[in-house]
Amino acid sequence: MRIIDESVLEDLALGAAVLGTGGGGDPYIGKLMARQAIRDYGPVELYTLDELDDEDLVVPTAMMGAPTVMVEKMPNGDDIVNAFQSVGKYIGKPVKATMSIEAGGLNSVVPIYCAARLRVPMVDCDGMGRAFPELQMVTHTIHGISSTPFAMSDERGNTVLMETISNLWTETFARSVTVNMGAMAMIALYAATAAELREAAIPGTITLAEEIGKVVRRARLEEDNPVETIRAAVGGYLIFRGKIGDVERRTEAGFAKGDAMIDGIDEYAGQSLQLSFQNEHLAARIDGEFRVTVPDLLAVLDVDTGEPITTEGLRYGFRVAIIAIRCDDKWRTPKGLEIVGPAYFGYETDYVPVEERYGED
Amino acid sequence: MRIGIDVGGTNTDAVLMDGTSVVSSTKTPTTANVSEGIARALRDVIEDSGIDTAAIDGVMIGTTHFTNAVVERKHLTPTACIRLGLPATVCLPPMVDWPLDLRDIVGGNAHLAHGGHEFDGREISAFEPDEVRDIAEKIKAAGLNAIAISSVFSPVNSIFEEQSAEIVRSVIPGANITLSSEIGRIGLLERENAAIMNSCLRQLAARTVDGFKAALDELQITSPFYISQNDGTLMNAEFAKEYPVLTFASGPTNSMRGAAFLSGLKDAIVVDVGGTTTDIGVLQHGFPRVAALAVEIGGVRTNFRMPDTYSIGLGGGSLISPPSHTSPLSRGESTLKVGPRSVGYELTEKALVFGGDVLTATDVIVAGGSQDIGDAGAVADLDRDLVAAVQARIMEMIAIAVDRMKTSATPVPVIVVGGGSILVTGAVEGASEIIKPDHFPVANAIGAAIAQVGGECDRIFSLAELSRDEALDQAKQEASDRAVNAGAAAESVDIVDVEEVPLAYLPGNATRIMVKAVGDLVEAG
Repeated sequence: MRIIDESVLEDLALGAAVLGTGGGGDPYIGKLMARQAIRDYGPVELYTLDELDDEDLVVPTAMMGAPTVMVEKMPNGDDIVNAFQSVGKYIGKPVKATMSIEAGGLNSVVPIYCAARLRVPMVDCDGMGRAFPELQMVTHTIHGISSTPFAMSDERGNTVLMETISNLWTETFARSVTVNMGAMAMIALYAATAAELREAAIPGTITLAEEIGKVVRRARLEEDNPVETIRAAVGGYLIFRGKIGDVERRTEAGFAKGDAMIDGIDEYAGQSLQLSFQNEHLAARIDGEFRVTVPDLLAVLDVDTGEPITTEGLRYGFRVAIIAIRCDDKWRTPKGLEIVGPAYFGYETDYVPVEERYGED
Repeated sequence: MRIGIDVGGTNTDAVLMDGTSVVSSTKTPTTANVSEGIARALRDVIEDSGIDTAAIDGVMIGTTHFTNAVVERKHLTPTACIRLGLPATVCLPPMVDWPLDLRDIVGGNAHLAHGGHEFDGREISAFEPDEVRDIAEKIKAAGLNAIAISSVFSPVNSIFEEQSAEIVRSVIPGANITLSSEIGRIGLLERENAAIMNSCLRQLAARTVDGFKAALDELQITSPFYISQNDGTLMNAEFAKEYPVLTFASGPTNSMRGAAFLSGLKDAIVVDVGGTTTDIGVLQHGFPRVAALAVEIGGVRTNFRMPDTYSIGLGGGSLISPPSHTSPLSRGESTLKVGPRSVGYELTEKALVFGGDVLTATDVIVAGGSQDIGDAGAVADLDRDLVAAVQARIMEMIAIAVDRMKTSATPVPVIVVGGGSILVTGAVEGASEIIKPDHFPVANAIGAAIAQVGGECDRIFSLAELSRDEALDQAKQEASDRAVNAGAAAESVDIVDVEEVPLAYLPGNATRIMVKAVGDLVEAG
């Protein structure tokens, strides 16, 4: 067990933005919420999965909705507590802890608010090891853990609780209830015991995010190269350096999709990388050949500062370094690839693990 | 004739313009008392040109005074904040993200009340007049007169902010009230922050603007005067006293507007080279492109329209570190570095050509032979290869920064202004042409002198009830009305920018529409 206090939030949010692979929402509001809760109620205990008893029940908490709304109508705070407690009440057992369902972006820090308010611990793990756009895209789904009982709460005190036959149905219903709640809701879902999570969750991702943030901050202070520092911290592969040329965007079924063409610089001069995104960066083709795809991670970083660049932030003229990071092995199973593999997102290629193309370290 | 004045941190610049030609210009050091500096600059240009003060139609003043007050935490009035949105937003009360020292000065007197709207216009909760009246009584009891009022989604519907203001005025007659919807965009904390800053600057604004008036009176200038806003348009004296935050970042804006005017171009990249930094901005339809992200002022995030500029550590005073083959720290050869460290305003003492002992970018340019500044003999022995390498490096730094601000690979014209313009000695990759206009050192004062008045509309429309064209018409009408209210001649108002952003994850075709209108000043008398 270790303590999450105010001093680590900056690092955690920056690291979460790297793991957000261009999406996951701006952690700024979540970071402020976590900071305020820690100031008002005290720091949060972060447990590893191994420190929990098999039967301990863990309920992840998160925000769901439109990022544009989150920056305007911030939560009440009771809403996230209501969602969390409703799931426990419905199951009829005490809940030991909360966790992040998505280590990338905004939802890496939101559970800290819940943990501080209720004085419950947070568990150092998540269900993605990165960010993904849909609710069923978690390692829990691979292991047959249901997203329901699923609770969503608004600031007025309304809570909608649902039981569904599949995690895809939960996603469908949750989208429409979110709209009624003002395009934003606080949610609690994927309740599981520690024993189940030891199989189903991705361990250590909160610590990993914090570690990434810490090394970037240090590298900037020491005028070291933050890109190389991030690559080393995540054990990833530098696959490209280039200048963003054209960015093409389109909105399909509520998702922001598009492609960026990146022209190589330095030792990559003469090559061209096509970066495809849908809320997150999903696939990279170099000179027309798929080189890295989901579920492996693509971090697009400012070549000088190491600042992660979001899909909305991709603009002509930016000089970027692209780092590929191997995803958790759970995503590499047939079931995992069915949920988040290249085919699900419409890319006509087989998944090839990043280290097979870029070699072991 | 018009006079444009730009009061910067270091210099106060002034120009006298007759129509589109510059009659005279001056550059004087900024004084602690801003009005004295303005009076001196005015006297200089008037005496230099020998005109009769009766021939002056208007005086336009750009100033960083209010930005500096926030940065230096000086002359700020304690201000209360009322936010309407309960039961939402409780977890992040007003001023939650402010640096503690600034929050202490402004007072941290914050209140939450019911009200606010959803993105689609539904009420979050009913407005409760008695609740606001009770809060106003508390604010009055605390001895405060300055109040900012914010409401969730007030850019969509500002009715609750307006009703609250009326109630507060009935409890505190003459209260200094800023509504967030009058200032900022979507993004509650940032918009609210800007509103609080506005109220806490109003006393200073009243004193400063009255000081400007006194300086003009002393010189018997009876024409109206205006203050520059950060979007390149003007506000009259009364409006400036009401909305001092709208002057934030007007300096870079004026500089870019001046560059547009001097070059005759409406779409271009502007490179403003100073002593320590170079600011690169983009002109679109003659106005600076607006930053999409939050901008920090004195450590506080705000989100009102600031020019989108990108700064690099390159200027006339930049230090040169030649490449070294023996650096113990380097992994290979260390490379040539230009900046970011700089001798800054000490250039005229420390640079080699001015008798100093520091090798600066200016020295290298003089050694290259394109400029005759100071004592060229002092740099005659500089290594030719080094001179060539530094010049190439400077042009590369500028080219990369210019490229970053462009929106496509198509070459665009680049306008170079500012005191450090001599650093630009060759072609810029990706530029269709390089323009160094006359009067480039006072481009900012010229930008102030030629400014028009404007108005804008930025809110979310639900296209479930309105057609897209109706929504656009409505937005254009609102922007035009605001321009006329700000002093534009109605017949001259033109829509200069329309931007539509469909919102992700939102139903009912919610679209954010931003429209900007500008027009010529109504001529006085």
